[in-house]
Amino acid sequence: MQFAKFLLFRLLTYVLVVWISITIIFFVPRFVPGSPVEAVLGRLMSQGTTMDPKLVQSMRETLTQLFGLEGTLWEQYSSFLTRVLLTWDFGPSLANYPTPVSVLIARALPWSLGLMLTALLISWTLGNFIGLLAGYHNKSTTSKAIETAAMIVYPIPYYILALLLVILFAYIWPIFPFVFQVSGEPGSWQWMKSVAYNSFLPLMSIVMVSLGWWIISMKAMAIDTKEEDFVQYARYRGVEDNKVMVGYVARTAILPQITVLALSIGGVFGGSLITEILFGYPGVGTLIYRAILGSDYNLILGTVSLSIVAVATATLILDIVYPFIDPRIRYK
Amino acid sequence: MQLVKPRLVVGLIIVTIFFLLGFVAPFFAPEDPTAWNTYFRNLPPSAEHIMGTNNLGQDIFWLLTWSIRNSLWIGLSVATFATVIGVLVGLSAGFLGGVSDRFLTLAMDIVIAVPSLPVLILISALLGGKTSLLIIAGVLVLFNWPWPGRQARAMSLSLREREFIHVAQASGENAGKIVVLEIMPFVLGWALANFINTILVAISAESGLAIIGLSSLKEATLGTMIYWAMQHQALLLEKWLWILSPIFAIMLLFIGLFLVSTGWSDYFATRRGRQ
Repeated sequence: MQFAKFLLFRLLTYVLVVWISITIIFFVPRFVPGSPVEAVLGRLMSQGTTMDPKLVQSMRETLTQLFGLEGTLWEQYSSFLTRVLLTWDFGPSLANYPTPVSVLIARALPWSLGLMLTALLISWTLGNFIGLLAGYHNKSTTSKAIETAAMIVYPIPYYILALLLVILFAYIWPIFPFVFQVSGEPGSWQWMKSVAYNSFLPLMSIVMVSLGWWIISMKAMAIDTKEEDFVQYARYRGVEDNKVMVGYVARTAILPQITVLALSIGGVFGGSLITEILFGYPGVGTLIYRAILGSDYNLILGTVSLSIVAVATATLILDIVYPFIDPRIRYK
Repeated sequence: MQLVKPRLVVGLIIVTIFFLLGFVAPFFAPEDPTAWNTYFRNLPPSAEHIMGTNNLGQDIFWLLTWSIRNSLWIGLSVATFATVIGVLVGLSAGFLGGVSDRFLTLAMDIVIAVPSLPVLILISALLGGKTSLLIIAGVLVLFNWPWPGRQARAMSLSLREREFIHVAQASGENAGKIVVLEIMPFVLGWALANFINTILVAISAESGLAIIGLSSLKEATLGTMIYWAMQHQALLLEKWLWILSPIFAIMLLFIGLFLVSTGWSDYFATRRGRQ
């Protein structure tokens, strides 16, 4: 009963969030001065081609239709809502005419998810391992140095670290490419090698930033756990030190970390937008950026709507699943 | 017992240096550092130009101080408005209870759930580089007040039942006065840590937008300074000081703010514990 009530309330919030966000996305372009249709026409004219006024007029009509700017505000709004929520049809991309926006997004999405999930898994595994060692031997100088380093890296924004890595390893000491360029047939060995080589820097920049958090939290948990009675008892019983660390301390301290790992998968989507743009990584972030540079109105609305719906949905799923993972949380 | 953590001291020193660089140093700038061709181009560091000049003829050191000033301004104003609005809304929600509490809580939950970066990108993209720092700051306030709001609500819920509030109520104080005079002091200590975090979030968001060219590109901030440097080929021309100085400034400033905020939280917690 409690759960049903919670579920209902949570679903209601979700619907409200998505609806309000989509409404914001719908109204922002309409409150901003300048029409996107005129912007595109202006760009075409400025390229020096003289067009006859009749052609311009017919182009204006086509663009108005393509951008969903026909009819009254209410008609536009309801058709926009159905497009986002039901059909996912944002019309053709203008810069890559006539490829539909949904196809471009479907092409970019696996890249973004692949990058972020790999980064998350690497930093989680590595961070917990280092954090466990540092927490279990917390009196040692190495442990204190590790925590200080983690504390220093943790507050740095991810894109600043990305930029620094680019400057260091693509310009000052050029061992990695500064433009993302994959070679070879997709799926072939050479392709995979070049993907790994090109993705290394963006991956590292995300891993380094999130690593700090995993180290700090795991260390704190390991320190608490190793003072617990059952760990002390195991030690008095003569269990080997490494066994105590892995079998007793790590097994207990890892549980909350698994929960947080599950939670952060939801945040994966928004986490790499700027990194992708800086590296020219072919994910959704770069897609948004290219859409902005090319005034690709349909593509901008499509990608931004997608990222909002994705983040909201991920949070919804996790809020519902969370109590099943962590028994200490109950629906109230 | 250690009263003030070294962490807090180190953080305060770093932040103080940045405030001096940002709010005092610019008054001594000999020329407007954002103007082009004020000096000879590409001068190496010297006594006259501590960090040299770039290929636009700007003095890098003075440009940096102006950038720090504007970035700090964004951070401080967003943090001030977001904290004030959040604390007021949160306190009223917790104190009033009932339907208004439900409504305000729902409003806060919804705003928190809306991802701010895509919306900011959308607004800046549609304004096409004509965004002003004011608009960006305004949107950031809009997205950041619910965090202090939720916390203030939780605090006022627990404070409402304390003895001294009942005493004040019984002696005929009105609700507004109780909130301002009795509850506010309790909330302020916590609000400071949140205030510093919001500075961090705001500067980070603006710099992120600026680096990809979506902030106000006319005003110097740490982010736009990086953007300008990249646009004018600082990397290919190996003008490292030009592009690295704002990068390191952001890193140092963030480390400083982070140390102050966590250091202050610890300090505040131990102090409250002794009361």
